[in-house]
Amino acid sequence: MPELLLSLPKLRSRKIDWVEIASSLTVRFFTLVPLLVLLAILGKVFIEGSGRMSWSFLTEAPAEGMTQGGIFPCIFGTAAVTVLMIIMALPLGVGAAIYLVEYGSSSLLVRMIRAAVNNLAGVPSIVFGLFGVGFFILFVGRNIDRALQTGLLFGQPCMLWAAATLSVLTLPVIIVSTEEALNAVPQSHRAASLALGATKWQTIRDVVLPQARGGILTGAILAISRGAGETAPILFTGCAYFLPRLPVVEFLGIPMINPLDQFMELSYHIFIMTTQSINAQATRPIQYATTLVLIVLTFLLNLSAVLLRFYFRKRLGRISL
Amino acid sequence: MPIFQDADSPKEDQNAPREVLLPLGESSLDFQRFITSKKFHFSEWLMEKLLLIAGVSSVLIILLIFIFLFKEAVFFFQTGRLLDLIGKWVYDPWDEKTSFKMMWQAVSEIPKYSLIPLLCGSFLVAIPATIISTILGIGSAVYLSEIASAKTREILKPTLELLAGIPTVVIGFFMLAVAASFLQEIFHTQFRLNAFAGSLGVAITTLPIIVTLSEDALRAVPQELRNASLALGASKWQTIWGTALPAAVSGISASVILGFGRALGETMIVVMATGNAALVTGNIFSSVRTMTANIAAELGSVDRGSEHYYALFVVGAVLFTLTFFLNLSSEIVLNKMRRRLRM
Amino acid sequence: MNRWMKNLAAGAAIFSLTAQPGVFAARNITVKGSDTMIVLGQRWAEEYMKRNPEVTLQVTGGGSGTGLAALVNGTTDIANASRPIKEKEIEKARQAGYYPEEFKVAMDSLAVVVHKNNAVEVLSLKQIMGIYTGKINNWQEVGGKNSPILRYCRESNSGTYVFFKEQVLKNFDYAPDCQTMPGTSAVANAVSKDPAGIGYGGAAYFLTQPSLRILSIQKKDGGEAVNPAQAAGKLDYEAAWTGRYPIARYLYMYTGFKPKGKIKNYLDWIRGPEGQKIVEEAGYVPLKS
Repeated sequence: MPELLLSLPKLRSRKIDWVEIASSLTVRFFTLVPLLVLLAILGKVFIEGSGRMSWSFLTEAPAEGMTQGGIFPCIFGTAAVTVLMIIMALPLGVGAAIYLVEYGSSSLLVRMIRAAVNNLAGVPSIVFGLFGVGFFILFVGRNIDRALQTGLLFGQPCMLWAAATLSVLTLPVIIVSTEEALNAVPQSHRAASLALGATKWQTIRDVVLPQARGGILTGAILAISRGAGETAPILFTGCAYFLPRLPVVEFLGIPMINPLDQFMELSYHIFIMTTQSINAQATRPIQYATTLVLIVLTFLLNLSAVLLRFYFRKRLGRISL
Repeated sequence: MPIFQDADSPKEDQNAPREVLLPLGESSLDFQRFITSKKFHFSEWLMEKLLLIAGVSSVLIILLIFIFLFKEAVFFFQTGRLLDLIGKWVYDPWDEKTSFKMMWQAVSEIPKYSLIPLLCGSFLVAIPATIISTILGIGSAVYLSEIASAKTREILKPTLELLAGIPTVVIGFFMLAVAASFLQEIFHTQFRLNAFAGSLGVAITTLPIIVTLSEDALRAVPQELRNASLALGASKWQTIWGTALPAAVSGISASVILGFGRALGETMIVVMATGNAALVTGNIFSSVRTMTANIAAELGSVDRGSEHYYALFVVGAVLFTLTFFLNLSSEIVLNKMRRRLRM
Repeated sequence: MNRWMKNLAAGAAIFSLTAQPGVFAARNITVKGSDTMIVLGQRWAEEYMKRNPEVTLQVTGGGSGTGLAALVNGTTDIANASRPIKEKEIEKARQAGYYPEEFKVAMDSLAVVVHKNNAVEVLSLKQIMGIYTGKINNWQEVGGKNSPILRYCRESNSGTYVFFKEQVLKNFDYAPDCQTMPGTSAVANAVSKDPAGIGYGGAAYFLTQPSLRILSIQKKDGGEAVNPAQAAGKLDYEAAWTGRYPIARYLYMYTGFKPKGKIKNYLDWIRGPEGQKIVEEAGYVPLKS
């Protein structure tokens, strides 16, 4: 970091080359801009948000028409929907990555899958929202209702479909990082396992996957952080403005997440608090504090992903030596 | 490192072909028979097929998105005409004359579903955003790959990833609550919420993409090329300008295309920061309505099966098609680069 | 990976138990519909549950049409609507075996607001129509300073948008340069920062904002100018009840059948003195008693 500011091009050479200095300064400045923006956003949110922050803000439900109280249902909803999301996305994503890396023999198919994954990563999030409404709710949900004779239970926005929509959105994140992790496992380990008579699947399960665990975990965390921050895909697939109780159902005496209920969510809460609540100006502190919670959440997730990757890369490096 | 350590469930052992592990003392001939036995092949085959299904799922999802967007969009043409998506001849009882209007006005006596203002809005946000993030992004990429030490890079790159990790709704909130008034004071614009405010916000989200991919492209340029240039007496910056950047140009342009696609698809920031007036305009300081914001704002409680509902899917289909081709072309450019560099 | 998942689920469960009890109670009465009424519906629910802890109310938005459709589908007990039910919707309900019952629960005065530094204090309905349809484009034309008018309005999916279009714009289209905001709050916020702006929405959203001015409205040019609010940031109920203030509307609740038991108690409570007091507190106009 200090190097960014201090180590200007060394001026001891023959002539002072102004182009050289100007270019060098320019790229340094350009690198500084995003950092400053990051700092500005974080600083503003932290300064404005920390005043409202307290334990009760995190553990209480909104009150007095959302002008008082806390954001616990939003935190709960965010956690619940991302857990559901990762349960759906992880097996699919890891499976796809294993196929691509270990079984991908037919090159046309692999190329097609790669192209699809890359394209999926670039689909606008609001299009996922449309897809969630058109496919999950109206097609899958309504057909389940028809088949099970459940009236209108599945065919409406709920946490299940929001999680499904988010899992489609985060699938590429998981696939790409799992692929990376699998590729990092030395080929010699596979060869050794196969030579000992293990089958291909045994090799994958017992040799490759244990070593790739770190990378897969990193991918899962990145996917959770991405999913927790998205708003557009869940606008129409399950978010609620306000719910007086948590989306929880008692099952065999144990309170469980109810995937067929609507839910409150942090990023959606920020959106409606700034644009639709009764007095957006007066509830600014709540908005900032909610934003702070969301940012801290995603940053912690991202940070742990970065650290995990760092740690596992180091360990892998040692192993392959 | 225990190679055959089975960390997870004992449950798996029951159906997995555990017993096929080479038993000690068996002859290699038996082993040969073992691995060609039918049962053995079945579980392996099943696993491979399951993984294949997982692998194909992303192709399937893309197809499903395509089908379900276009399926609903096609219904629009039951009642609407293709020309309606450009404009409509409307009689204005106030001015008492008929004129061709390019407007998006879904709730009206005569609903108007022109895509022109929405396209205007989307591009008026996405193009400036891409320009800003390209200039900054390539600068940072050059710094990171050509100048910065490994240590600096190791700190800066994750920091940029953190920037990419900021939820877009937070950026939208920041633009709306803080930056919009600030910008209006600087530029004295008529609209406080305008395309420019939106594009600045969107640039924050596209910047990390462009930096990361451009840096990758620059680092993929073989060191020999730089060495050759330096050996010929070129200065460091002459090498960067004359050798490294031209060699990486396809990778960089792929990143710019990708960033542009992302900018077109950004939703929450533009909903909050651009004012959402569906104007046909080229003024960057005017309030605009993008395709994404239009869907986000109107899909909420539109009647399923109405013309308006289908029209929103038309917008979604157009948006999807645009980004699809942008992604595809960036992919093609990247593949070309990879092939060339391998040679 | 499995173990990790279990830990996470257990963690979530434990975390959820640290919240106050009572949140786990079963769903009892569901209310769905108008986004305009969600703030009010939520206040009612909150207060009612405080007084009757055995009842749980779930309030969600989605729009008046969504609520009424849910009523017909049988997925909600009560539908909130900021407009009366349409013939077509009644017919649909009959076909599904429902007989919608209508309850007026409150009134909502729509206010037209400008920035407090704007010289304009009174507008006629015709002038407002001119402004929002794009025929009047400068504040000078309606007695203000020489500056262009910036129009803020609601999204087209809101009941407010439709009501304003029917009652004030006489069904003419909004000018295309209207900046549509995702919520009335956003309108209030935008106009409070824009000296040349004009906006509209439920008066409740504007009452407490010091940087806004709620305009008085003349039914006819040069007629009596009536303000929806009294001086002390309170609404003028008489004006809304008698119709002297021209842009006020009823807010409705619909049930699928003649209400009984818990639902009847709730509706009675809402329409009774306690419920109407909350209407006042929330910034709406209570029913004439």
